[in-house]
Amino acid sequence: MKQTLTLTINGKSYSDEVEPRLLLIHYLREVAGLTGPHIGCETSICGACTVMLDGMAVKSCTMFAVQAEGRSVLTIEGLAQNGKLDPLQEAFWNEHALQCGFCTPGMIMTARQLLADNPSPSEQEIRHGLEGNLCRCTGYQHIVNAVKAVAKAGGA
Amino acid sequence: MRNFAYAKASNSTEAIRLLGHSGAAKFLGGGTNLVDLMRENIEQPESLVDITSLLREIQENADGGVTIGAAARNSAVAAHRTIRERFPVLSQAILFGGSGQVRNMATIGGNLMQRTRCDYFYDAASRCNKRTPGAGCDAIDGFNRMHAILGWSPDCIATHPSDMCVALAALDASVEVEGRDGKRSIRFTEFHRLPGNTPHVETDLRPGELITSVTIPKLDAARRSVYRKVRDRSSYAFALVSVAAVLEVENGVVKTARLALGGVAHKPWRAGPAEEALQGSPANEASFGRAADTALAGAKGFAHNEFKIELAKRLIASTLADLARKDGAR
Amino acid sequence: MSIMQTLVQTAARFKPDADPDPLIASKKYVGRALDRVDGRLKVTGGARFTAEYAPDDMVYAAPVFSTIAKGKVRRLDTAAAESSPGVIAVITPKNMPRLVTPSLTDFAKLDKIAASNLPVLQDDSVHWNGQVIAVVIAETHEQAQEAAARVRADYDADEGMVSFERNKDKAIMPKDVLGEPPEIKIGDAEKNLKSAPVQVDATYRSPYYNHSAIEPHATIAYWEGDDRLYVFDSTQWVEGYRNSLAHVFALNRENIRVMAPFVGGGFGGKAGFWWNTILCAAAAKMVGRPVKLALSREGVFRIVGGRTVAEQRVALGATREGKLTALIHTGLTVTPDHARYAEQCTFPTRHLYATEALHVAQYVVNLDMVANTWMRAPGESIGTFAVESALDELAVELRMDPIELRRKVEPARDPTKDTEFSSRNLIEAYERGAAEFNWSSRNLQPRSRRDGAWLVGHGVATAYYPALRFPGGARVRLEADGTAIVQAAANEMGMGVATGQLQHAADRLGLPLHCVEFDYGDSHLPTSPMAGGSCQTLSILAATRATVEKLHRELLKLEQKDSASPLKGAKYEDLVARDNGLFLASEPSRGVSYVEILRKAGKPYLEVEGVSSAPMEMMKYSMASYGAQFCEVRVNETTGEVRVARWLGSFDCGTVLNPKTAMSQLRGGIVMGIGMALTEEMLVDGRSGRIMNRSLAGYHVPVNLDVPRIDVLFNDIPDPQTALGAHGIGEIGITGVAAAIANAVYNATGKRVRDLPITLDKLL
Repeated sequence: MKQTLTLTINGKSYSDEVEPRLLLIHYLREVAGLTGPHIGCETSICGACTVMLDGMAVKSCTMFAVQAEGRSVLTIEGLAQNGKLDPLQEAFWNEHALQCGFCTPGMIMTARQLLADNPSPSEQEIRHGLEGNLCRCTGYQHIVNAVKAVAKAGGA
Repeated sequence: MRNFAYAKASNSTEAIRLLGHSGAAKFLGGGTNLVDLMRENIEQPESLVDITSLLREIQENADGGVTIGAAARNSAVAAHRTIRERFPVLSQAILFGGSGQVRNMATIGGNLMQRTRCDYFYDAASRCNKRTPGAGCDAIDGFNRMHAILGWSPDCIATHPSDMCVALAALDASVEVEGRDGKRSIRFTEFHRLPGNTPHVETDLRPGELITSVTIPKLDAARRSVYRKVRDRSSYAFALVSVAAVLEVENGVVKTARLALGGVAHKPWRAGPAEEALQGSPANEASFGRAADTALAGAKGFAHNEFKIELAKRLIASTLADLARKDGAR
Repeated sequence: MSIMQTLVQTAARFKPDADPDPLIASKKYVGRALDRVDGRLKVTGGARFTAEYAPDDMVYAAPVFSTIAKGKVRRLDTAAAESSPGVIAVITPKNMPRLVTPSLTDFAKLDKIAASNLPVLQDDSVHWNGQVIAVVIAETHEQAQEAAARVRADYDADEGMVSFERNKDKAIMPKDVLGEPPEIKIGDAEKNLKSAPVQVDATYRSPYYNHSAIEPHATIAYWEGDDRLYVFDSTQWVEGYRNSLAHVFALNRENIRVMAPFVGGGFGGKAGFWWNTILCAAAAKMVGRPVKLALSREGVFRIVGGRTVAEQRVALGATREGKLTALIHTGLTVTPDHARYAEQCTFPTRHLYATEALHVAQYVVNLDMVANTWMRAPGESIGTFAVESALDELAVELRMDPIELRRKVEPARDPTKDTEFSSRNLIEAYERGAAEFNWSSRNLQPRSRRDGAWLVGHGVATAYYPALRFPGGARVRLEADGTAIVQAAANEMGMGVATGQLQHAADRLGLPLHCVEFDYGDSHLPTSPMAGGSCQTLSILAATRATVEKLHRELLKLEQKDSASPLKGAKYEDLVARDNGLFLASEPSRGVSYVEILRKAGKPYLEVEGVSSAPMEMMKYSMASYGAQFCEVRVNETTGEVRVARWLGSFDCGTVLNPKTAMSQLRGGIVMGIGMALTEEMLVDGRSGRIMNRSLAGYHVPVNLDVPRIDVLFNDIPDPQTALGAHGIGEIGITGVAAAIANAVYNATGKRVRDLPITLDKLL
């Protein structure tokens, strides 16, 4: 029971025969071969699998790949252009907004949406806006600092 | 997870046709709860009918109310200007639920259809009347901190997890549904059921029926409304107790009151008797306290959630007091 | 203690001190807030964690978990699973390869490290609820999951012992606690307590906790022939896993390679050797293809244990002036008989305070549970909750500022070890913290400050964790072009080990940072201890120091062959490494570059391997890090909700290698402590022994909004007994946090909560 799935990932188009039950996260990792979106809980809680679907941050572990038919997916791999890091990527590195790095790709994708919705968020708004992304290492503060730094510099 | 067939419907007639009669198919909205239920093998549909291409508009009605398409995303509804102005309690309730990513996927119809997060319901090794009718309930003598204090039955003490639905219950919304036999409208407060001895039957939907939209009638008083939620961490957790409240005060007397509770029952709990007690009473602490007592009359807790009764009372009283202060300032 | 141990300890005490590490004075990169070296890979999604490796022809494993705690699997029906699409094999005790039973961690040998010594899927017995009873191997992840759900088990269930509450009376004293005596008595503490003018005697409880690293445990294993095994694993100790695999599969250690270049957090949960790794390797052997076993989040809760539940009594007898006459700390924890790990909750009390009489004792109750294990600051985290809460209660009784009380009980020597401290500046940490936090504005009287509906309170507590070092090795390869590679098996779970070790290696070699590489995360590299117990940094520093010394001695030897060398006749002790070479300390202009030495010797490179000495200093001294945790909490008077509003941690943890990575480590520890205090609790059903909240939706780790701004201060006073004067800092951040919060909650509300987590119902 497979069907054809056609979608765009980081600007490149993909077409594969997939089972409807294949989750988007597994499609991205096992079929498209990406390593950025991670699986932390597989129950839409931790946010490590966050990608953007037509410009909206979603948890790719809790949707089927077929739900992304004809749509455009942006993952962490699609942020840097010609080797130049995106401002959020720069800021996460500079501000030490990561330790183990497992939550980082998802955290950056959610932060991107946060700044798109609210270009100059307060500290509380950042902490609230990133509620769907768990980090167990950094103590969160450096993540907040990174988002603030990007907002101050004029956005992602 | 078992594999299944997937089809996307382009209109409600097609959706209903694709669902068929067998009972083995389900509608798929954002999937934010259904995917989990399928992963846990609690739901094992043979086919899914994706209905996210269906009505997703948020429409202002001539009478001042709004109609929200069932496929509207939660985040879109929360951010909608009309909702924020006329029904802030709804916008707030949505923003208190899930996380940004989940609200981006979740639909309004799907939110209504989400199932309890009772740990025993999710655990195949535990007894659950909701999962296996007649099996028994392990939550009653188990960990029941998140469970019901109102309207429960000896068969089930689970709670409905939605925040949004608590606001919709307070706002006298109605659920528009369509089936093979045509369309009908269900009062929101009657949409979800109490468990009784059939806790596996959670809503008033008939087999094959599709939620097409939710309508909220005009309620000017709702411009002064609020949603308060108390939970076990600062954000991103289900409610221990939540309150959706509308309060209109004129000359120190309550003119309009709407009150619904979340986290306390198998359905969003509309506190009708408390509203009646408030109506025409002086807008003061004593009235609010009495209303809180009335709302919780008959509440009974279990080993780990007895505290919710006192918590709910306090939350109701303080929410009403805050609203009264806001109203007075106008 | 054995005669041998006594002899070694006595020898250690009389061994003269080595001079403090000269690099403490001349460090250049060490101490700088450099960006982490793995940052770019991690912000681009390029860092490969275990589950991101994809060897050709790989298949997927899905475990099946038991639903009873104790008994036997009477019948296992695998027919439906076997005929499920894509299934290659269903592994059960019937066809599981016969394996050697794993050995529990032996700290004396630092060798094998199984968390449980049960045979792995070798028979039909069930020892905990959630134990693996079968494993399905299939072509895809989805097929494996589907088939696993089709395995049916019938059980003969025994009445297991799973309830802590109901079995407390069956507690026993363990033979030892991590090699230390389970009980220590100095004087008659109970008698002193009874006659003390001021007394505190209370019981403190903490629940089961789970590490909840964001990366679930994952393994990819494949074999080459019958006797060569390759494993990618999310482990905190590649070498311990290699040794344990060699033991279980009866292979030569050299034939196994365990790799863990990036690990998504561990916190102790990936240090013990768990079933998932063994099952994956066995599956790969059975099917003759690479196998991936990535545990689901539920799987992690089911088969990887967390921190034990604990009940601790702390009783303090004191004079009116605040001198302790009695200090009693007894602890009861859970461990199954197959894990035998008594969490060392009384350890902080053994070393922290001066007292006339002392009694510490530990007890365990053996339940039929998944093996409990180390979790961040095992022992000290929950131990400091008890003893630091009790000290605060004493301060209240005495109507004394709690920092003043800490001054009164500050010891001159370690109270149980009876040695000097190598470096202890706890009071300085308190004083620096108090000034920065504005502690003097705190109200002694509880319930005397409010902000709207919120009651505001302040609390303080001591942080403590020992400074541990284990012997280890390193390899340094100096290239003809003057660059160097330093190698150690080391594990990087995010702490910043690669960055800190690079800074050290560059300084130690006198090279610019960009000329040095650090290679790690592979059991083929020179031996390193586990990344746990805050021992890794210190241990690798010492190993690298010893190895670079060896390199420099060999370079000097080569140089002696050149009669015109500026270093002719120089001794090793005369040299300093700087500016890409070796120079005379006494005549800074006389020296020679590494490039030149190797060129003259005609060598394309020079590679040496070295090992550090046995940690005799740990026997001679009491060595530990200390700290003072300050916090402000707000408690909603209506709802009982607790919010941490402000935090300051002031630490005495030796030389700081890199303030950027170090502060992050400490903040992360503090946040885990906030979770321990307020939100985290693993719910083990007392009827079934089943963990009910086995997801991150039910197990509440702190979210971003739970966390306030956290300030961190360092004394930055080097420990003269360690390389660079440094200590490990992975654990100390979490210690004292729960007590500081409980103390602040008391200060805000007048209510003393001795039962973690401090949920709102306890304050209504």
